[in-house]
Amino acid sequence: MTESFSHFAPAIPLFVGALLLLVTTGKLRAAIMLLAPLAGLLNLLVMPSEYSTTYVIMGLELHPTRIDRLSILFGYLFHIAAFIGALYALHVKDKVQDVAALAYAASAVGAVFSGDLLTLFIYWELLAVTSVLLIFARRTDESRTAASRYLVIQITSGVLLLGGAIIYASAGNSLEFNHIGLDAPGGWLLFIAFGIKSAFPMLHNWLTDAYPEATVTGTVFLTAFTTKVAIYALARGFAGTELLVYIGAMMACFPIFYAVIENDLRRVLAYSLINQLGFMVVGIGIGTELAINGAVAHAFNDVLFKGLLMMSMGAVLHVTGEMRGSELGGLYKKMPKTAVLCMIGAASISAFPLFSGFVSKSMIVSAVLLEGYSPIWLALLFASAGVFHHAGIKIPFFAFFYKPCKHVETAHEPPSNMLLAMTIAALFCVGIGCFPQQLYSLLPYQIEYSAYDVSHVLAQLQLLAFSALAFTWLKLAHIYPPELKSTNLDAEWLYRRLLPDFVFKVGGMISCIDQHIRSRISKIIMHLLDLLSQHHGSHGILARTWPTGSMVLWVAILLGLTLTLYYF
Amino acid sequence: MKKDFLDNPKNVKRIVHALIASCVILFGLDFVLHRHTQHPWEEMFGFYAIYGFVSCVILVLLAKELRKLIMRNEDYYQSHQRPQQKQEENND
Repeated sequence: MTESFSHFAPAIPLFVGALLLLVTTGKLRAAIMLLAPLAGLLNLLVMPSEYSTTYVIMGLELHPTRIDRLSILFGYLFHIAAFIGALYALHVKDKVQDVAALAYAASAVGAVFSGDLLTLFIYWELLAVTSVLLIFARRTDESRTAASRYLVIQITSGVLLLGGAIIYASAGNSLEFNHIGLDAPGGWLLFIAFGIKSAFPMLHNWLTDAYPEATVTGTVFLTAFTTKVAIYALARGFAGTELLVYIGAMMACFPIFYAVIENDLRRVLAYSLINQLGFMVVGIGIGTELAINGAVAHAFNDVLFKGLLMMSMGAVLHVTGEMRGSELGGLYKKMPKTAVLCMIGAASISAFPLFSGFVSKSMIVSAVLLEGYSPIWLALLFASAGVFHHAGIKIPFFAFFYKPCKHVETAHEPPSNMLLAMTIAALFCVGIGCFPQQLYSLLPYQIEYSAYDVSHVLAQLQLLAFSALAFTWLKLAHIYPPELKSTNLDAEWLYRRLLPDFVFKVGGMISCIDQHIRSRISKIIMHLLDLLSQHHGSHGILARTWPTGSMVLWVAILLGLTLTLYYF
Repeated sequence: MKKDFLDNPKNVKRIVHALIASCVILFGLDFVLHRHTQHPWEEMFGFYAIYGFVSCVILVLLAKELRKLIMRNEDYYQSHQRPQQKQEENND
């Protein structure tokens, strides 16, 4: 497996951890949950920074493990995220979730270190089947149906990936996973396969449908892995594809409208996850060294601050059993620590200076300006102001402040393992925000960049302060839309309502025509039966009984006729 | 329940005033500090401030309009399944 046996393939420690969880309980289980990600991280740290293994299986040259500067940061990130998620989930006594979570993290690690498309496909599908268990594990009717829809879409993405890979390889290319581009044979299939998991517009709804239905701890894992693997795959295969700039700008902008009016606060965060992915996709589309660095750095930061926000909302859900903004409020009185940690996440996602979002988002925005995409720049500024509005202000405001809800009486801080996990994520957010050079030194390209100059800081502070002012004014003037118990229609309407309606209507029409034809045919058959019974029935002409005398008469007539004919 | 910091309306007012004050200061800094600009629009005084405020107001107003178009009952998808199932049961 390895040259010197001093290390394992990167996904092995987490997979072994997941297997061990199957047969352990209690404190041993907890220890494995925490140690497996740490062992994986240690294993990755001792591996060479450039590394590849090659096998030839049935004439195919495969590279199950390949480590380079683009993938290594994702590897570190996934281990950190798995550790934080495991710590957050330590109090949960559910074997399905524990095993699924570690196997899911292992699949993500395996996917980013896949050196060829076939290995990537295997991990791509493993991501789907391990993650769906975290949604099923909520064990409600809604979660079961959402999980089924999620699985269908995720598996479809994998099938497209496999189809694309086969077309790509059969055109004479090697299976090695490097830059592909849209013009390559099978390129579009691969692009859409990656696009589904990156939540491209109209392909995004699996995310906002399923993530908020997962378990409290499951959502934290879900937020970290699938979409970031897809971002890595896009950065590897489609960097510099201009179409991505426009797709990314749409992804950054449209979800914020939904986020403003969405009531389920974890769904608000799911929409804001798409908004953040939009920034990364724009960066990949620009494709310059600065832009790719920005996209990778933002993926790193997003896992931590979005994880922190999801954890804080998960804590609220865990304590109150409620996630609808309309039914929450005032919880800072009983959950002050959670509220502060949530606000650190909010400041980070809003890209406040000294918080992590600022040091990565500004790279992408700078790269967009440098390449002269003015409308995209304006769209990203709009999205930046919007994300502060819905994730930065709305989430903490409606959960922890505003009017006290009925849950305030009984609310309390979540278990200490949850608080500790959130604290670690918060420390990362502040640490990266204050000392970004550590993160920058691990990025794919070695370039000089500093987010902290007067222009950047002042511009960002002005943008955020006046967004906050707008929120305050709209709220005080009662223009701001209140949180309402509601469902908002999105692309999922097409397959949750239109398609079933269509199938139902078409089915109805077919059954109507079918019934008509059947009744006509049965009428014809009845008619035929009537005719038959007329001739062959008990009173039919052919079934009548004849007297013996008439038989003798007829025989005599026939004999007479024969005799007459004989004479002639 | 004990009174918390934000239960006092005066404190809420203080926070709002502090926000307005910081907005005024940040806007004023545009006249004092020189920003390196990459885009001609950035040179406008208060560009980021005005853009941030206006875009948020537009965002909220458009989102309110969007609500008229796409908002449905909370059990929209669940309630839809029931009549369909009933019909199927009747057909049986």
